[in-house]
Amino acid sequence: MSGRGEKRRFRLAYLLLFLPFLALAWVPYYNRAEPSLAGVPFFYWYQLLWIVIGAILIGLVYLFTERRAS
Amino acid sequence: MTGAPDVVATAVFVFLFVLVTALGFVAARWRKGDLSQLSEWGLGGRKFGTAVTWFLLGGDLYTAYTFVAVPALMFGAGAVGFFAVPYTIFVYPLVYAIFPRLWSVARARGYVTAADFVRGRFGSGALALAIAVTGIIATMPYIALQLVGMEVVIAGLGLKGELPLIIAFIVLAAYTYTSGLRAPALIAIVKDMLIYATVLVAVIAIPMELGGFGKIFASVSADKLLLPQAPAGSLGSPAAYMTLALGSALALFLYPHAITGTLSASTRAAIPRNAAILPAYSLALGLIALLGFMAIAANVKSDPAYAQGFAQYGNNYAVPALFLKMFPSWFVGIAFGAVAIGALVPAAIMSIACANLFTRNIWREYFDPHASAGRECQVAKIASLVVKLGALFFIIFLPQQYAIQLQLLGGIWIIQTLPSVIIGLYTRRLHPYALLAGWACGLIAGTAMAASLDFKSSTYVLHLFGLAVPCYAALSSLLLNIAVSAVLSVVLNAFGAARQDETAAEDYA
Repeated sequence: MSGRGEKRRFRLAYLLLFLPFLALAWVPYYNRAEPSLAGVPFFYWYQLLWIVIGAILIGLVYLFTERRAS
Repeated sequence: MTGAPDVVATAVFVFLFVLVTALGFVAARWRKGDLSQLSEWGLGGRKFGTAVTWFLLGGDLYTAYTFVAVPALMFGAGAVGFFAVPYTIFVYPLVYAIFPRLWSVARARGYVTAADFVRGRFGSGALALAIAVTGIIATMPYIALQLVGMEVVIAGLGLKGELPLIIAFIVLAAYTYTSGLRAPALIAIVKDMLIYATVLVAVIAIPMELGGFGKIFASVSADKLLLPQAPAGSLGSPAAYMTLALGSALALFLYPHAITGTLSASTRAAIPRNAAILPAYSLALGLIALLGFMAIAANVKSDPAYAQGFAQYGNNYAVPALFLKMFPSWFVGIAFGAVAIGALVPAAIMSIACANLFTRNIWREYFDPHASAGRECQVAKIASLVVKLGALFFIIFLPQQYAIQLQLLGGIWIIQTLPSVIIGLYTRRLHPYALLAGWACGLIAGTAMAASLDFKSSTYVLHLFGLAVPCYAALSSLLLNIAVSAVLSVVLNAFGAARQDETAAEDYA
């Protein structure tokens, strides 16, 4: 059921969970106003966008690992 | 806060309140169980599926106080208030990776609280007691703050005195007593729909009236719009921002009310699924945070109509003032109703979670080890009443500032349970006395750091290799806690005899 290849894909999927931490850890990167989006400074829309990306990543990991389990 | 109460808004508000009260009592019959069992009363029979868990946890974690205080912080201090966004982004990968294990072992061994788990895992009553007491003490001021959220909107309606608040809380206490966790679960569904409706309308209608997001952000002064740049030799406020987000994220799911919500799920899969769909609330919270800037753009503070409200409640009055200024009366009623009901749900769950801890880990452990299941549940119901009365007493008789400061300390305290609860899910090799020592060190160091800041802030500046690092005291004290726990474990394990771990590896799968 869990061969080597399966196991590796399983672990790789979990790495996706670290992406939001990487994207947001270095605050000086996004602590700026430009490029703004429809009048919203970068600082705000970048972080709001990562809420959505973070949710999608968790959803993807769930799908990957679920398939592994079944 | 004008002189006379707003009749239309108050009528809508009262209608919503009566509606959820009825739901609270009807909830006793929902997915009926034997409400004289603690796992039925205090965990809803562990019967909630993915959807109900979503409403329950969403209603539980995104509290009325959050909805008032986060925009208030944006309104007063600016960009730093937005730390709530990375905070809620960091929470869910952690929940995804960690909490299914806690759910599984709790299901396998019948645990109702985190302290139950620690008791079973490390076989130490003393450590379990420390975890339980920390949970209760960290949560009580949190309940009091829910009342602050409610108080602010009641004042916004133009109602005077403490009576409306007292009535609301007595009603809450009554249906929590009879229906247990089922009541806030059912009410959370209404609350969340009201919150989403309010947020949706607010972020569309208010910017339209104010001339778009560009104008809103343009009205925010430069020092509030972004975090101040770090001065030379310091990591500055970006470091404070990030450690606040990270520390808060680590602390959140250690709170008893979050664990109660998690353990009430009917299946393990409900937890990872919720980690993927709970960010919908985070998005709402991010947009709600921006209400603080909208309040700046709408000039509510210079409007004499709201002067009295600001004088009494400070910046926490920013959102109520914004709604009063921008919305028609009937929608003010809906929005304020959403906030007030948003206070009832977490207050109920928090008091139930505290009651579970008290009953399981203090009462049964130390006073009445042979309590029957019915007796256990009776004690929990009474404990939930006492906890709520305590919170009410707190808000009415003590300055609001105490509750805010204690809640700040609560975050620093609850995070000290992380090594026992979360690291404990992965290894039994930590020694219970080492964990206890680490917990005590973290607690003392964290409290001392906050005390040195006069409990006004929780960002304590560490000096590392000539670099000033402003760091959330919860995070730095947690690192100390982990270091002490690990080092002492090595020492004590070298002497120690085999300890009792009643859980087995397969319990966690």
